[in-house]
Amino acid sequence: MNIHALLQLVASSMLINNIVFTLLIGFCPLCGAYRRLSGAAWMGVAVTIVMGTTASCCWVINQYVLVPRSAQYLHTLVFILVIVSLVQLLEMVLEKFFPWLYEAIGVYLPVIATNCSVLAICLLSVGANPVTGRPFTFVEALVNGIASGAGFLLALVLISGVRHRLELSNVPAAMRGLPIIFLSAGLISLAFLGFTGLSFAPMFGG
Amino acid sequence: MTILFPVFLLGLLGCVFGIMLSVASKKLYVFSDHSIQKIIDVLPQVDCGVCGYQSCAAFAKAIVEGKRDATGCIPGGAKTAHAIGDILGISVTPAEPEMAVVKCKGGKKESTLRCLYDGIPDCHAAILAGNGPKTCVDGCLGLGSCVRACPFDAIHISDNEVAVVDPEACTGCGACVAVCPRSIIDLIPVVHKIFLACSNHDRGARVKKYCTVGCTACTLCVKATPSGAITMASNLPVLDYAAQENFVVAAYSCPSDCFTDLVKFRPKVNIDAKCNGCTLCVSACPTNAISGEKGHRHVVNKDKCIGCGLCLDKCPVHAIAMWGGLGYTEGGKSNRLRITA
Repeated sequence: MNIHALLQLVASSMLINNIVFTLLIGFCPLCGAYRRLSGAAWMGVAVTIVMGTTASCCWVINQYVLVPRSAQYLHTLVFILVIVSLVQLLEMVLEKFFPWLYEAIGVYLPVIATNCSVLAICLLSVGANPVTGRPFTFVEALVNGIASGAGFLLALVLISGVRHRLELSNVPAAMRGLPIIFLSAGLISLAFLGFTGLSFAPMFGG
Repeated sequence: MTILFPVFLLGLLGCVFGIMLSVASKKLYVFSDHSIQKIIDVLPQVDCGVCGYQSCAAFAKAIVEGKRDATGCIPGGAKTAHAIGDILGISVTPAEPEMAVVKCKGGKKESTLRCLYDGIPDCHAAILAGNGPKTCVDGCLGLGSCVRACPFDAIHISDNEVAVVDPEACTGCGACVAVCPRSIIDLIPVVHKIFLACSNHDRGARVKKYCTVGCTACTLCVKATPSGAITMASNLPVLDYAAQENFVVAAYSCPSDCFTDLVKFRPKVNIDAKCNGCTLCVSACPTNAISGEKGHRHVVNKDKCIGCGLCLDKCPVHAIAMWGGLGYTEGGKSNRLRITA
């Protein structure tokens, strides 16, 4: 485990394999009501926190409960249980110890509990690390979760900016609302393909 | 056994998480005031943001914490204010209910254009593009910025392409007032149904050229209101709603028909048999609707009477009364007729 591989993992989860624009998971919040930049940003922060905690917890549960009994086929079911319970717990912890943060992101937490992107990151973090090709270690799973959440935040902020512009543009009647959001997301998705091959290797003499 | 294992595992995990959550909910219990939830329940729940808070919940919290007055919810009005007062055990005096009015009725029929606008259908955008297509620089553009701003769906663009407020649906929240780029939407007390539907400050002769319902600053309405409730300010009459004045005569005296009266049918005056024919009411009537000779019972021409009520005070024998309702029923028949028939 070196800093180079971690940095590369962050770039991979956030940009190259951006959960929304490359993996095309978790579109629902984008199409939802987050038209304001602040709302989108706080939602993104909430997703980042939830992804970081759930990805690491799911990795632990997988490593020490499921793998020894070769019960990996229960991934999806168990992870759903873990995510929902963790989000509940997280809500309580935030309300108790970080009331200011709870005030900002509290309303988004129940929405995130059933968000497909969180489950996707948990399922991905028990697979193979795209950078090293080996299974994720605990630290890598944690970093992967947080970086993917940051990628999600980036996507939400980008789309909220697009929506803001769209409100003042003369969109053809048939394309108003959801269709134009999908189209714009598709175009941003094309742009994200440009991150493919982004590598930190030269910086580390690789 | 292979079938039982997932059952066992998921059951165990469920139990562990359940116990963990119930312990956490005790350990991490945060005291919250129950009156907050009660107040949230009586609020309109539209999260319009007029009170200055993002949501009704945040507003409820601010009330309980004493940061805001119980009367702060404008869309909820007096009913909500009293309900909040009951929950908190305090007495509240709600503000007078208001409603929004668009102070322009010069649509495509009445006013002229100086160019054609074919851009983004939004008033702000039209103003950026050469101050809009209308010749009148204070007129309603009819592109619906206020319609989109209204949280209660109370404003619509009429067929005549001006914004019109639905008095029934408007709560007086003021969202449209803030968003109108020409600042021609205003809040008036709900009890006053008459307002000046023109915002043009131009000189009369020029206004006449581009709008048939534009205020020409003729000051006839000022003269028709001896109480002084209307004053002129930069070529436009200003109505003082705080004065005890109903503005009916002013509205009907306007030669350009600038005033809008939201009442469909005003009550008409009727003179009963007590009339001794003193002719005081005849001289008081601004529309010459009352006729009659001295010593004989006077009669009211119901078509001419505008329901201003000026003659009521003049009658020394209280023979004059207002007849008729302020509204009308859809079927054209009153409920009472339907019950007896």
